[in-house]
Amino acid sequence: MTPKAAPPPDPDLSDLRGIIDAHLHLEGPLLPMLHAIQAAHGYVPAGAHGAIAEALNITKAELHGVISFYHDFRDAPAGRHVLKICRAEACQSVGATALSEKTLALLGLDWHGTTPDGRVTVEPVYCLGLCACAPAAMVDGRVMGRVTPEALLAEVAQ
Amino acid sequence: MNVYVPRDAAAKALGSDAVAAAFEAAGHTVIRNGSRGMIWLEPLVEIEENGVRRAYGSVGVADVPGILDGSVKSLGAVEDIPFFARQTRLTFQRCGLIDPLSLSDYEAHGGLTGLRRAIEMGDEAIVEELKESGLRGRGGAGFPTGIKWDTVRRAPGPRKYIVCNADEGDSGTFADRMIMEGDPFSLIEGMAIAGIGVGASKGYIYLRSEYPDAIEVMNAAIEIARENSVLGRVLGASHEFDIEVRVGAGAYVCGEETSLLNSLEGKRGVVRAKPPLPALEGFLGRPTVVNNVISLATVPVIFEKGAAHYAGFGLGRSKGTMPVQIAGNVKHGGLFETAFGMPLGELVGDIAGGTASGRPVKAVQVGGPLGAYFAPAKFGTPFAYEDFDGQGGLIGHAGVVVFDDSADMLGMARFAMEFCAIESCGKCTPCRIGAVRGVETIDRIREGDAGAVPLLVDLCETMKDGSLCALGGFTPFPVMSALEQFPEDFAPAREAAE
Repeated sequence: MTPKAAPPPDPDLSDLRGIIDAHLHLEGPLLPMLHAIQAAHGYVPAGAHGAIAEALNITKAELHGVISFYHDFRDAPAGRHVLKICRAEACQSVGATALSEKTLALLGLDWHGTTPDGRVTVEPVYCLGLCACAPAAMVDGRVMGRVTPEALLAEVAQ
Repeated sequence: MNVYVPRDAAAKALGSDAVAAAFEAAGHTVIRNGSRGMIWLEPLVEIEENGVRRAYGSVGVADVPGILDGSVKSLGAVEDIPFFARQTRLTFQRCGLIDPLSLSDYEAHGGLTGLRRAIEMGDEAIVEELKESGLRGRGGAGFPTGIKWDTVRRAPGPRKYIVCNADEGDSGTFADRMIMEGDPFSLIEGMAIAGIGVGASKGYIYLRSEYPDAIEVMNAAIEIARENSVLGRVLGASHEFDIEVRVGAGAYVCGEETSLLNSLEGKRGVVRAKPPLPALEGFLGRPTVVNNVISLATVPVIFEKGAAHYAGFGLGRSKGTMPVQIAGNVKHGGLFETAFGMPLGELVGDIAGGTASGRPVKAVQVGGPLGAYFAPAKFGTPFAYEDFDGQGGLIGHAGVVVFDDSADMLGMARFAMEFCAIESCGKCTPCRIGAVRGVETIDRIREGDAGAVPLLVDLCETMKDGSLCALGGFTPFPVMSALEQFPEDFAPAREAAE
């Protein structure tokens, strides 16, 4: 396993109040709020939990329960690139297992690992809806079909 | 001259953005349409001149000059390509044909006709019309949509909701994504009709985060619909309706309607026990219609052409059409909308053209990760709800994933259990613990412990009967179908022989 990069000790949360307030009028505001915080910071900093819980009148434990339930929410920053490789059945039928094994080996990572230089984090994903041009992957939100390990490595080279 | 280059995620995944840029650099107007559904031909470019569209398949940037000077051969009209010509396109009638974000293009191709008619009809007649169409939930459960709407319509309460389940997590399915990217107004129109039918003024589209392109198109389309009074005061009538997109956060189980509602409320996506039905106590405890994208996007064509027209297609109690998604190891993968009733083998052999690898087909998984594997012996099964049920399977969201003879069915069974363990919400024991024990038990079988086979069968029975939702309850389908039809892959002799 690759050691997780330590979160920055004091992330600048000066925008937090604004993000929270912008979502309070919604019915069921927590997920949109967490997405917005993650979009701004790259993860949901532990230092933000208190303010979120207070604004929504829930306990920090409840909040932790929600954040930890969903695969998308991070408690630490990811690498500069996030590479998601599909592991689901349609992709498996055209070699996704070998694809991900080789890609992970070339990067020296296990699933969810980040390279020591902070360049790339690799995560599994279960279906990108690209099942007729499999195997599929997503790099920083951009979709790729009929991928090879070489094509994936080229995408995250910088 | 117009150039159509799809903005569909599958086309983008195969390089359509660069192709579109190349046409623009050559001075042409590019319309970013949806996909026509022939994914193996993406990026599929169409050139429109004098009202005639010519298609070009698998276009790369290097092909652009040749297409423009006429030296690259055209595939002819999309409508004449056999894969397309054999379809009955109702739900997907406009997908790929129009500019997804042009409301005038949408109207010119039959859009909003259904909504106008529905406004004239009033709530009770709307629900009756939908019942007569025979539409059943396209997300997988196949529950009659009209009955669900009627329950919500009759439910007391000042505030009701339409929730669109766009958490299309099943492997092998992409119909929701395609229609949201290729014809988003059809979903908006369907939701507006639902809102008028049941008396709801607010709709939510719970859209998975794995679909960034669909999120972008849907949000843009909703904005256009608001500016043009399709949303808000619906077409100037007395009914108010608005829609908001909510992005999921990577949990497969949130495709289950009660988990989805919890997630929408900002909670852990844990399954709720039923009753109470979401129709009576759904989002925030209020009466809620939860329908799949395809169910809702099919509503406009039902109201445009009439319930009888729609119900005239299909087989038995499976009325209308189904967008079948053909994927995996196939020569011709894509979306094939057809009336219910086509035998599975015809879809796999004739339509999809067999495997991409050229090797024999070993198994086909229908209905996503919770669907059964079908060996070629069962390829005569007509594609319909009851017929698949009768064969120990389900059509689910109509994904068909083809595997060639290199597939390891024990490995696929193990993956089904592993996936269930990863995605289980943890509420009920058969799913939470059972899936983990399932992986361990299959590993024992792999290691040659034949005594573990009856344990696996027993475990599957427990999960099937004792789970709260389809995740734990249906994971036994792929496992047991693999075990029953491919016992040689589970035989202890296998390891020794290798």
